[in-house]
Amino acid sequence: MSTTEIDRQWTTRLRKRVAGKLPPEKLLPDTQPTYVSSWIYVFGVTTMAALIVVIATGCVLAIRGPQWWHTSSVGLFVNSTHLWSVEIFFFAMVVHLWGKYFMAAWRGGRAMTWMTGVVTFLTSIAAAFTGYASQSNFDSQWITTQAKDGINATGAGAYFNVLNLGQMLMWHIVLLPLVAVLLTMIHVLLVRVKGVVPPFEVGAEVRR
Amino acid sequence: MTKKAFRPDVDAPTWRGGHSPYDIIKEGSIALLVVAVLTVVFSVVFGSPDEHAITIKTWSNAAPVDFATTALNELNGTSTTAQYGAPYNKASTGQQLGPLTLAKWVGVRIGVNTVNDFVIDPLKSQPSQPILMADLAQWKSATGSTRSGWVTNYTTAAAQMKFVNNQIVVNTTNAGPVPVMIEDLTQMARSGALDQALITQAGFYTTNYTLPLLFLSDGTYLANLAEHQHLAGYQYGMMNETGNYPGQAWLWLYSFWYQIPPFNTSPNADVLVWGLMMLASLGLLLAPFIPGIRSIPRKSRVYRLVWREYYRDQKKT
Repeated sequence: MSTTEIDRQWTTRLRKRVAGKLPPEKLLPDTQPTYVSSWIYVFGVTTMAALIVVIATGCVLAIRGPQWWHTSSVGLFVNSTHLWSVEIFFFAMVVHLWGKYFMAAWRGGRAMTWMTGVVTFLTSIAAAFTGYASQSNFDSQWITTQAKDGINATGAGAYFNVLNLGQMLMWHIVLLPLVAVLLTMIHVLLVRVKGVVPPFEVGAEVRR
Repeated sequence: MTKKAFRPDVDAPTWRGGHSPYDIIKEGSIALLVVAVLTVVFSVVFGSPDEHAITIKTWSNAAPVDFATTALNELNGTSTTAQYGAPYNKASTGQQLGPLTLAKWVGVRIGVNTVNDFVIDPLKSQPSQPILMADLAQWKSATGSTRSGWVTNYTTAAAQMKFVNNQIVVNTTNAGPVPVMIEDLTQMARSGALDQALITQAGFYTTNYTLPLLFLSDGTYLANLAEHQHLAGYQYGMMNETGNYPGQAWLWLYSFWYQIPPFNTSPNADVLVWGLMMLASLGLLLAPFIPGIRSIPRKSRVYRLVWREYYRDQKKT
């Protein structure tokens, strides 16, 4: 097989492209610019850590099925860990989001990083909502019967029926987590490719 | 070739300063450990709420008149579901966003006939009830105007509905089979059979609770319980949780609109709030491209808190 032929392979081309965009030292850096020295930077990695705990606790709940936590004290405890990791996840993500907004973190060709972050936030809200909708208790009865009016009013309720427990559960445990995790991966890779946004120039606030 | 002007809200200066050591794996591991420990601590200290679901059986035993009145409203077409419009039926246009009738455009996709689905079909599933079967046959063979007359007569008298000696009492005449139908449906509900009949309409295996949830939400029992749990719309209900738990706090802005005019009085509140939140989400998504919005960070100088060491060093030099 000739070198030219190997070079033309999709696999070779993809590998070269990925390696060019994201060499190992960028993917797993061991240094960072000195301006990255604030507590606000902690909330990005905290969001990811919370996402891991959310998924792990959700997987434990999935082992015994959706009714387990209603009848078992162990199940209720696992449900508590799922709930609180979600609360931590959203707290960290909202602080991260506003922190990035006030850093104008989209500057320098980082608009896609910002946008994937926002879409991940919105997807996470949908994922959390479907979780609340599929609790199969009084809370979910009330939430779904109220939320249906908003979703129905947009026309989406015809296809996204919040009163259908099976549909909500599948969205909660399969579709939305898949999208959220995929978007998170893209978001993090974009951060690694583009780097952390540098500070504004001194006196930038007075520029028009 | 002319050099493009530097736009401070779009472009970033090239970093020519130094770098410091950074252990990304260590940082991630510590974050994971801290979050895991916090999660366990919160779970041990606070736990999580789990108010059991209510059933039509519990509703009809706790508030039989409310149940029977709701059943009658399903029969006479005045319940919320009966008058809902799309996606359940064509009874109304539904909510409108200006001239846009979004739900109506999509149409009826989850058809619900409150007379048949909530009253007639469940009653038909009751075995060995000769009087009820005769009344259902009478209902079936009657013309639309006759049925309407019976229901109207019963509805008028039902303003004085009582529950005495485990029976629904309505003093009425010329109501045809309606009194038996309402009474038997109430007894069916109180036994738990109506829960099963509504759930199993789609067959043995089902995970779709559209019918029982719509029926429950047409009564006042569910709403009263929710109000006690501070879950009503005017109580920021969508972001609350049963008990004293934080719930979906991230929905605060969505819930907020329902507290103020014109949304708290508009018949189109839901679609208006959704439209507003869609716009807000789009604004957040496209913030990097919206002049004014993208300048707030630079002009507010909040970033100086984040990069205070950098600016302190700059001042020194």
